[in-house]
Amino acid sequence: MKYMWCLFVLLLWNCNNFPDNQQLIEIDETVQTFKDSLQILDFEGLKPLLNKTDNTIYVVNFWATWCAPCIKELPAFEKIGRDFASENVKVLLVSLDFPHQYNSKLKPFIAKHNLQSEILVLNDTDGNTWIPQVNADWSGAIPATLIYSNDKRQFYEQTFTYETLQTEVEQFLNK
Amino acid sequence: MKIFKITTLFFGLLAFFILTNTVEAQGYKVGDMATDFSLKNIDGNMVSLKNYPDAKGFIVVFTCNTCPYSVAYEDRIIALDKKYAAKGYPVIAIMPNNPDLQKGDSMDAMKARSKSKGFTFPYLMDAGQKIFPQYGARKTPHVYVLQKVDAGSQVKYIGAIDDNYQDVNAVNQKYAENAVDALLEGRDIKEKQTRAIGCTIKR
Repeated sequence: MKYMWCLFVLLLWNCNNFPDNQQLIEIDETVQTFKDSLQILDFEGLKPLLNKTDNTIYVVNFWATWCAPCIKELPAFEKIGRDFASENVKVLLVSLDFPHQYNSKLKPFIAKHNLQSEILVLNDTDGNTWIPQVNADWSGAIPATLIYSNDKRQFYEQTFTYETLQTEVEQFLNK
Repeated sequence: MKIFKITTLFFGLLAFFILTNTVEAQGYKVGDMATDFSLKNIDGNMVSLKNYPDAKGFIVVFTCNTCPYSVAYEDRIIALDKKYAAKGYPVIAIMPNNPDLQKGDSMDAMKARSKSKGFTFPYLMDAGQKIFPQYGARKTPHVYVLQKVDAGSQVKYIGAIDDNYQDVNAVNQKYAENAVDALLEGRDIKEKQTRAIGCTIKR
């Protein structure tokens, strides 16, 4: 009986701790990284950047200037990028701003806040196709964050503070 | 026999935990029965699904004033109501955000928005934010197409209105319309669940 309960608890624990869907997508090693200019991609362009295998820990945050909770948590991502740069952590900010606001809102926002993380712009209206490729459980609500390193992946449809984000990043450091 | 009992108890409990966890985390799935509600409309009246005895079903849209995606879809939501209310599938819009956190979604702001856009459908406040978690809405806009069956209102479609929020003229798939058309014609809905980017519900 005792044994059964142990097994039961173990099973439950397992159920709740399954890593998020790991997707085996062909990896394009030739993709270059972008530093200074605003890079606008469709999902086919973004996909290789969500599936690199270079031992770097990528913190990929989906955001937009019109998304208030996204703006609120951006400083935490910027600080994580700074504080963990020496530990091979890289922050990617994937903007979902509307194309007609790239010049009027997005570029001024990046300049005003002097964002240091790498910024990519995803312009792909067919969310029904690409959202599940980021994570099978993502409803499409932002903010949303993917942390991955090689084949280890975790997806979060939630907001972060510096502390909660640090906790998640550290799980990738201690593996 | 004892082993059998323990095993039954074990799997029973396991099933119970999985089921309850799923309902809390995910809300409705296609095929589930949707709860009725009594929510205040912008005209001050309370609105429930049971107020529509002649409806064949409903297009329930969780939407708000302040999300750019919701705003981008306002005209299309009005068009849905104009096209399908007469066919028995009226739009019921529910504003799920906490207006204390999102001033632009107060009842007064909802009234003003409805008036300026000429909403033809009820625009309800999910006061206390009790209804959207039951449905499992996670963002605005988020659509639930319900069909009346003997047991109540059954969820038939969950997801996006269509596949292009930027340009109505570039839409390839009108997911919500396709779902209602299929119900009206007694066909199976091809895409019962779709996804789109949206704004997190503020709670």
